[in-house]
Amino acid sequence: MTITPAIKKDYITKLAEQGKRVDGRSFDQYRPIEIETGIVKQAEGSARVKIGNTQLIVGIKMGVGEPFPDTPDCGVLSTAAEFVPLASPDFESGPPREDAIELARVVDRGVRESEVVDIKKLVMTPGEKVWLVFIDIHILDYDGNLFDAASLGALAALMTTKIPIFRLLGPGGGLEKSDLEAWYNTTKIQDIYDLYSTPGFEEFIAGNNPEMAKNVKPVALPMTEPPISCTAIKINDYVRFDPSLDEETIADVRLTVATDHKGDLRAMQKGLSGSFSREEIQKVINGALVNGQEIRKQLYAKIGK
Amino acid sequence: MMKSDIKLINSEGKRLDGRGPEDLRKIKIESGVLHRADGSCYLEWGGNKIYAAVYGPREAVPRHCQNPLRAIVQARYNMAAFSVEDRKRPGPDRRSVEISKVISEALERVILTEQFPRATVDVNIEVLAAEAGTRCAGLTAAGVALVDAGIPMRDIPVACAAGKIEDQIVLDLGKLEDNLGQADLPVAISPRTGEVLLLQMDGHLTHDEFDKAFDLAVKGCRFVSDIQKQAIMHKYQSVVATEVQE
Repeated sequence: MTITPAIKKDYITKLAEQGKRVDGRSFDQYRPIEIETGIVKQAEGSARVKIGNTQLIVGIKMGVGEPFPDTPDCGVLSTAAEFVPLASPDFESGPPREDAIELARVVDRGVRESEVVDIKKLVMTPGEKVWLVFIDIHILDYDGNLFDAASLGALAALMTTKIPIFRLLGPGGGLEKSDLEAWYNTTKIQDIYDLYSTPGFEEFIAGNNPEMAKNVKPVALPMTEPPISCTAIKINDYVRFDPSLDEETIADVRLTVATDHKGDLRAMQKGLSGSFSREEIQKVINGALVNGQEIRKQLYAKIGK
Repeated sequence: MMKSDIKLINSEGKRLDGRGPEDLRKIKIESGVLHRADGSCYLEWGGNKIYAAVYGPREAVPRHCQNPLRAIVQARYNMAAFSVEDRKRPGPDRRSVEISKVISEALERVILTEQFPRATVDVNIEVLAAEAGTRCAGLTAAGVALVDAGIPMRDIPVACAAGKIEDQIVLDLGKLEDNLGQADLPVAISPRTGEVLLLQMDGHLTHDEFDKAFDLAVKGCRFVSDIQKQAIMHKYQSVVATEVQE
């Protein structure tokens, strides 16, 4: 637990009465956001996101395996967050604490419920063989607003993921040419067909044509339009977006709103023990729509969409 | 392709990535890269990407782990789930616990722990991308992060490995060389005095080969030590320069 001295709280609330924030931002304004993708080549997709001094890395790993018995016609999506002690003097090693689990679950819900990743298209043989997608959030520097940074990082990493077909083909990898054919038959994704019908594919599997991997288009994750998460907190009746760590520590209440490209709402999470009025919720939604559009533009520009 | 078909050294004496036997992979070190940490370092060494952060000296908790005479040094080596080909389950495994222990002990030797009784110096090493030689890279990054945190030390610790592939002694094994090679010898030293802070070996070396590999590893350490010092100088020199400009 970070102890923000009473004097700091006083300072933050006094400034708020004049309509100001400690770092000079307006109440609706985000800190500078930086997105960088493809930073870990061992991962299928990866992204580094900075919001002000907050910094984290999201990595995507994939494998093949069995679906959950209750969803035999869906791929498996799993999200985990590590609050490693590198990122803050208050983080300790050990099993994930409840805040790490909340973060992972909020990001997971943002990805799953909004169907950003079309998990129905990650099925090769229903009930038997599907793709597994692991989203791992690794926090490097904690200066507030992990929710937005983690969701944005997950999106950037997923949107740049290349499905590791070549790595998993062949002995021990668990993937066969017949799986690719079955996968194409359920999804009709053209890239899959192009891949296994490329001349020389059989020789590649047999290990005689390693060059082929360089010449085919990688298969991307089947994605839909992503919703963008925006978080606001309230301190003494003043609502502000993208809280810094100091603001977050003394916040009464927090609300995360995810909005999509059409301006519809796709996910919400209220946190902390304070409360919002109906008007304040409207204010947060409106701010989330405006900031969400800006962040979406930046994300698309970065991943070349 | 059968693994045994791979020639680790070609007829011209070059290794798979084009290096000669005594060449290091490319190394990049930046110090002071994280905002929250008291000291930090980002290091790239070949395909390895590593962050190290230092917190402390601060009160050691729980109390029973305090030493009334000196500070304890707690290094924690951790690999990201996505840092390797097959996803690694998050959290400590036996390998990372062992590496954490040998790195803690190596750092404890150079830190002036007697100045901070009952305290702890926490060194967190996060491997984001792994490609052979992460313990040496991690310890080297930790050395820079400790300097950045202003921890009093006798010296800046540094590490480098040598090994044996195709019956030849070579410096700084790459990934395939590590998997298919005959021996790996990571060494950490205190470059000022030449004291050995960490020494491990696996594989098979004759006595003569060991001597040769050890000398080569130390030579590598000294080279990396210069890069460490440049990275530290770079940060603090530029801080002075901006102050003068203003």
